[in-house]
Amino acid sequence: MGKPSNIQPSLPSLFLWAIALLITAMFGWILGDVLWHGIGQLSWEFLTTEPRNAGREGGIAPILVSTILILGVCLAFSLPLGVGTAMLLAEFTKTDSIFGRLVRRSLDVLAGVPSIVFGLFGNAFFAIQLGLGFSILSGGLTLACMVLPILIRATEAGFRAVPLDYRLGAAALGLSRTTTLWKLLLPAATPGLVVGLVLGIGRAIAETAALIFTSGYVDRMPESLLDSGRSLSIHIFDLSMNVAGGDANAYASALVLLILLLLINGIATGIAQGWLARRITPS
Amino acid sequence: MTLFNNKILSPSRSDRFLLWILRLLAFITGMIVILITLFLLREALPVLKQVGWLRFVRDIAWHPVQGNYNLMPMLWGTLSVTLGSLLLATPLGIGSAIFCQYYAPPLIGRFYRTLIELLAGIPSVVYGFWGLVVLVPLIGQWQPPGTSLLAGIIILTLMILPTIALTAEASFAEVPIEYVQGAAALGISRWATIRGVILPAAQSGLLTGLILATGRAIGETMAVLMVCGNVVQTPTSLFDPVRTLTANIALEMAYAMGNHRSALFVSGLLLMGLIAFLVAIAEGMSWRNRYG
Repeated sequence: MGKPSNIQPSLPSLFLWAIALLITAMFGWILGDVLWHGIGQLSWEFLTTEPRNAGREGGIAPILVSTILILGVCLAFSLPLGVGTAMLLAEFTKTDSIFGRLVRRSLDVLAGVPSIVFGLFGNAFFAIQLGLGFSILSGGLTLACMVLPILIRATEAGFRAVPLDYRLGAAALGLSRTTTLWKLLLPAATPGLVVGLVLGIGRAIAETAALIFTSGYVDRMPESLLDSGRSLSIHIFDLSMNVAGGDANAYASALVLLILLLLINGIATGIAQGWLARRITPS
Repeated sequence: MTLFNNKILSPSRSDRFLLWILRLLAFITGMIVILITLFLLREALPVLKQVGWLRFVRDIAWHPVQGNYNLMPMLWGTLSVTLGSLLLATPLGIGSAIFCQYYAPPLIGRFYRTLIELLAGIPSVVYGFWGLVVLVPLIGQWQPPGTSLLAGIIILTLMILPTIALTAEASFAEVPIEYVQGAAALGISRWATIRGVILPAAQSGLLTGLILATGRAIGETMAVLMVCGNVVQTPTSLFDPVRTLTANIALEMAYAMGNHRSALFVSGLLLMGLIAFLVAIAEGMSWRNRYG
């Protein structure tokens, strides 16, 4: 719609402005609060020392390491599974085939499963049935199941956005399908893949409930993937709920988590916009 | 378009190999949901066999160590928090989308949209932490103890609002431009166009967004756990502490043994059932949209 036709502010317009102001204010309140209380605690030392006195003092070095390891395990499993499934769904199955429909339906349900249920499953399957115990490996595997729907949806969109000419051209040149897929379609679909990846990392890094009973609470520096490791979000939860006087460091950890997420979000938007711009300009 | 299923040329050996690998990967992906359901069932079955599902509805209270398994107070807790936050977040979210799309000057609209996207990215534990240190003491000054149904509703509203706003915006964008132009040609005012033309046209998209948001509210664990007080009781006022199904699992799983552990998996199964129900509704709606 064009410009407002009536100069006088109408009642609905006032109402909508009020909503927008209210939400902006709440957002500013949350961010401002975390920034205000967290920035004083944040220092290079905070990022590079071990927590002391149950986390009230000291830093978050082992927690950052555990978080990165959990993410690494999560990506190592979800990436091949996700990209493979997306390739199959986008390039090898008709949209109305039974197999494709079943896989899509199950991904829809998977996307809605509450994170605590992933935690229950991870505990029963990875930690107990497979005997991995409370470990970074169990936690990462549980998260891998969780981020798959996000990853697949974005990657599939990436493949579908590749112009048909690419496939026709490759077929006309007599390239095998494998070559077409690896050398032509996968590189062209990379932006979609990266967006999915970044969104998935964002979801994984923010996750708490799925990790409590899979990767555990231990805040020492992990020595192997079979050690229990505490993620940043669990650290915030533990400091604020179970440790009296842990609020200062909880604020600082929350600030670190928010900064990480902002960086990840920024990367995702940047790539998505670059991708859109490239698709609009004729090549 | 799937170019790879033409039958004119027989695929090379490497192509067939690749196809089978991809099929295997997709099969594993598809099996995860089934695996989750099976494991929930397997862990929940002992207690379901031993005491029967009726006891989860009819027992006098939730004292799993003594063998009382009434889940109803927690179910009411989950439903009241979800319903409350939906009631608040629906007008706020749809209002935000209308504001962005039709009322805000372009620059402010873009800024506000980015803000909502950021709001969607804030982790639940940060919402919970903010609720615990800021919101709960505020409510506590007014109506002690502060950890309450109301605190949970406010936090959840903030968390599901972006889902509603972003899906609403997407469905507004899909309303054919001719509808809007037609309304403009008839001289209908902006607000009347939105209420009479755009909202009805975007209805199914809006409903899908609400269903997504409901799922998110039902499944939310940490934020609700941190601000709701976690007393097992059927809430009678907004200021009563409540415990939700998800919070119950997170709180008790650490020390639960035997039948108690099993009972927690029953509540997990119940949550899974609620989500499957919501997905089925969404499916039904999109099906009706296409063929009905």
